[in-house]
Amino acid sequence: MSRPEIEVRGLHKSFGDNEVLRGIDLEIGQGEVVCVIGPSGSGKSTLLRCVNLLEEPTKGQVFVGGTELTDPDVDIDAVRRRIGMVFQQFNLFPHLNVTENLTLPQRRVLGRDKGTAARIAAENLARVGLAEKADAYPSSLSGGQQQRVAIARALAMGPEVMLFDEPTSALDPELVGDVLAVMRRLAREGMTMMVVTHEMTFAREVADRVVFMDGGVVVEDGSPEQVIGDPRHERTRHFLSRLLDPAMAEVEEETSDQVGKSER
Amino acid sequence: MTDLEVPVQPKKKGLTRRQKRSLSRAAQYAVFVAAVIAFAVTADWGRLQNQFAQADIAKQMFPDVITLALKNTVLYTLSGFVVGLVLGMGLALMRLSSVGPYRWLASVYIEIFRGLPALLIFIFVGVAVPLAFPGTEIPGGTYGKVALALGLVSAAYMAETIRAGIQAVPKGQLEAARSLGFSPAKAMISIIIPQAFRIILPPLTNELVLLFKDSSLVLFLGVTLEERELSKFGRDLASTTANSTPILVAGLCYLLVTIPLSFVVRRMESKAQEAIR
Repeated sequence: MSRPEIEVRGLHKSFGDNEVLRGIDLEIGQGEVVCVIGPSGSGKSTLLRCVNLLEEPTKGQVFVGGTELTDPDVDIDAVRRRIGMVFQQFNLFPHLNVTENLTLPQRRVLGRDKGTAARIAAENLARVGLAEKADAYPSSLSGGQQQRVAIARALAMGPEVMLFDEPTSALDPELVGDVLAVMRRLAREGMTMMVVTHEMTFAREVADRVVFMDGGVVVEDGSPEQVIGDPRHERTRHFLSRLLDPAMAEVEEETSDQVGKSER
Repeated sequence: MTDLEVPVQPKKKGLTRRQKRSLSRAAQYAVFVAAVIAFAVTADWGRLQNQFAQADIAKQMFPDVITLALKNTVLYTLSGFVVGLVLGMGLALMRLSSVGPYRWLASVYIEIFRGLPALLIFIFVGVAVPLAFPGTEIPGGTYGKVALALGLVSAAYMAETIRAGIQAVPKGQLEAARSLGFSPAKAMISIIIPQAFRIILPPLTNELVLLFKDSSLVLFLGVTLEERELSKFGRDLASTTANSTPILVAGLCYLLVTIPLSFVVRRMESKAQEAIR
């Protein structure tokens, strides 16, 4: 691992008077899968959105693949082509069918010809197990299917890094599994992934590292066995005990949705 | 609390609520019927028919009322709509621009042209523009002038509609496009505007109906025989025949287009409602 694929240095982000990130340092190596966990309002989604500059950091630096995104002269659109992003609310383009959702960005952004774009779209739809939905419109798909299409759309651009912003939080519980299965497979194939999630089983099973955030700082950063299995900090322990109690976990997820929205 | 006995049926003399309600409804019907009868009895139907429904005069209008007048009305309307749409799109984007003077300029334009009667703008285009730029011709003759005048009027309304449509597209759509590497301009063209137009199709069609009627103002520009549209055509014929039948026929021709269009708008609106549910 020569240079980290994602590197965050001294990152601060404020919304008005509200300082959401208070100095984050983070490195993610090539092929590494890092899950970011933490209570709602801890700044984990904001951190993720700073990594592809959907949020402009107030202070600090962000590097992806060795390019500094926070450099004012950087071609941000060119850098973003290397970074796939998956949103909590899927954000498929509702006026396009599934295949067009995958081909339009390839053609408009990467300048691929029709045939190539269609071939790559079909490959990636097959990759997420939705080849038979190629002609469907997003509104006719379940949440889980929409999220898998969204993953395929990001993958079709050939990214080196994938960012996931609570990809399963908006899904009915019975649909979470399909999306996590696609992500697990992607991790196994060696994709560099940064995942903001509440799915502790996924984090424990798939992540190489787990980062626990609270109050805009990284509280704990280590292997899943260590951070989830044997947390060193009281704040981590407190958070995990609430999350792992199923009754409390539901309340947690709902409030995090609301905070996630107000953050944007 | 048992000592407080609530009377089930308040004993009042006179009518019950239900009786009052049916009485009120009967009164409303009675007023309506009385008004219709009064109109039917007092109006001089013979003279009305004489003035407005002369079959031979009506016959004499065809086919020109369709092949010339209605065709010109449609042409004027569509060309004005296209100019208005292009101009309105530009204004809407200016309103949303991060450059202050653009926003300011677009707001001023919209306020002025929404506040002026369309008639004044027709006179302005017909008189003031040739005065201000002597020697220059608006391309397309009368057609160009009408397209410009109707375009100037409708652009102000359409700009506000288009802006609202663009803002109604969820923010996540722009974020998704940007995260895929779309530039702001490409995201606007490929992702945001197509969705915005779906949202604003009903109000834009309404604007088309309004323009269709406003095209009658062409007569203030002075038109040749070949350039006449429905209103001018009807009025001219009414004065040569000293009879108002042509006005009625022209009016029916307007309704021939506007009523189906309104129907289409209502259909689109209810469909959009269903899509939201």
